Amino acid sequence: MQTWWSLKWQQMRANKHSYILMAPYMLLFAVFTVLPVLVSVVLSFTYFNMLEFPKFIGWQNYTRLFLEDDVFLIALKNTLLFAVITGPISYIACFVFAWIINELSPKLRAVMTLVFYAPSISGNVYFIWLMIFSGDRYGIMNGLLLKFGFILEPIQWLKTEGYIMPIIILVQLWLSLGTGFLTFIAGLQTVDGTLYEAGAVDGIKNRWQELWYITLPSMRPQLMFGAVIQITTAFAVADVSIALAGFPSVNYAAETIVTHLIDFGTTRFEMGYASAIATVLFFIMVGTNLVVQKLLRKVGE
Amino acid sequence: MNTPFQIGSKRLNRPLRMPKKRVNRSAWGTFSLFALLTVFGAFMILPLVYAINNAFKPLDEIFIFPPTLFVRHPTMNNFIDLFNLLGNSWVPFSRYIFNTVFITGAGIIGHVLLASAAAYPLAKHHFPGKKALFSIVVLSLMFTPAVTAMPNYMIMSWLGLIDTYWAVIIPAFAYSLGLYLMKQFMEQIPDVLLEAAKIDGASEYRIFWSIVMPNVKPAWLTLIILLFQILWGSDGNGFIYSEQLKSLHFAAGQVVAGGIARSGPAAAVALILMSVPITLFVFSQSRIIETMATSGMKD
Repeated sequence: MQTWWSLKWQQMRANKHSYILMAPYMLLFAVFTVLPVLVSVVLSFTYFNMLEFPKFIGWQNYTRLFLEDDVFLIALKNTLLFAVITGPISYIACFVFAWIINELSPKLRAVMTLVFYAPSISGNVYFIWLMIFSGDRYGIMNGLLLKFGFILEPIQWLKTEGYIMPIIILVQLWLSLGTGFLTFIAGLQTVDGTLYEAGAVDGIKNRWQELWYITLPSMRPQLMFGAVIQITTAFAVADVSIALAGFPSVNYAAETIVTHLIDFGTTRFEMGYASAIATVLFFIMVGTNLVVQKLLRKVGE
Repeated sequence: MNTPFQIGSKRLNRPLRMPKKRVNRSAWGTFSLFALLTVFGAFMILPLVYAINNAFKPLDEIFIFPPTLFVRHPTMNNFIDLFNLLGNSWVPFSRYIFNTVFITGAGIIGHVLLASAAAYPLAKHHFPGKKALFSIVVLSLMFTPAVTAMPNYMIMSWLGLIDTYWAVIIPAFAYSLGLYLMKQFMEQIPDVLLEAAKIDGASEYRIFWSIVMPNVKPAWLTLIILLFQILWGSDGNGFIYSEQLKSLHFAAGQVVAGGIARSGPAAAVALILMSVPITLFVFSQSRIIETMATSGMKD
């Protein structure tokens, strides 16, 4: 008797080469990506210090996180602030600059692509911003402001609470024209040119209408992919914060969910608690991504 | 190209659109867009220009007031200082370079092979579980490695990988963005090509190796550069403790942490770090963009 399962089993046997080809990758993917997420979710309901066996404590880690941990609330606020500012701005910047660059001649286009992509590809050299925002008068920012008389003495940029967030946002934006930007450059080059001619005949009046009615709808797949990249990066601010503002930063001014996670995971070894932080971050990132994907499907409809 | 099919590039190499066929574009609009491009282009590139110039500045020029963007009397002293500085530490500078080059090289080779092998069935075969597997890969693009860092540490230590190069290299093999891009690109290979090979009696492995792989060279380059970006800038992810196994980026961090007195060598190490990936990108730009054109998410 042919059951559904035996049919599937037959199909699987017929495709055994497919599974063999995928096996090495999928094994590593399962061990280093899927399993860690599951472990994280499970551990988030336990007390675990890496020495004793994990002890089940229910929702305690989560209640502590949201009700007792003031620093986590700062971290959450900062992370959401980074995401709300750098996410949309970087996404729009990726598109706008790709769109302008696409109008250039091929040679100039290649040069400008490099100019905008260079910061994100240059091997995490964001520490050069330390030289720019150095707290003495030899840092270029203080130097310029002093020279033109805007300030009288050098500002301790990265040690002053009010300046830390804006500077990290600036550097984060500087780094954000990466994979999403390249995707848009590529996407714009594949938009069918005849659509523009047809559009001109159909009464499209200016480049803004052309952008809205032709370019954006034709690029929907790339727009969706770019959104995933930009959103995920926007929620993950940590390295730049640690490199520029220190760890921990002055009065936790630059604490993010990820730095908070690093604090509990690698300094305090409260693995259960750190897992709860990681799980919260996981759901924030994936949730936002899924919602935005739904919205982007509607572009130009 | 001596491969029979050239995927994707045809559309990209078409001549530039003729402006006269297009709708009116106001001169004011053009001007403001290009002003925008210039201003933000300057914002993007000036910090790098400043770092490059600082690398060649003599010490008295780094500490000049007001600070200057461009170097006046270029010197190689900062590089010499950098080598001396790290030469005196018990791990020679060349060792950090070797570590970074080895981690980057091994990670890239493994990733391109494994991700391509997995991408081929996902792009071209029909088998139970295909949709579910690919959905999980797409889902994994939606969170960062920070989420999995700690459980990964435990898994690494169970596997005995902590404090070896492999703790950084092996997870890089299974980097999901690479698989995603490769699969999207492979979907463009014409099915007739694969069927013809099958009729000639080629096995799936042979088809993958001698037909699919040569046809997706642009995607190799893209995977190479994306992984290069991650591994070249990696500081060991907290998995590597031994000083002699640490990466160039980690050494750079220590130079920078030396503070103001080390500004010269810090700029020199920044230049060394950034020059390699940027050069790589300059030479592979068109191929990478060709791959990214297929990266879109279909519903």
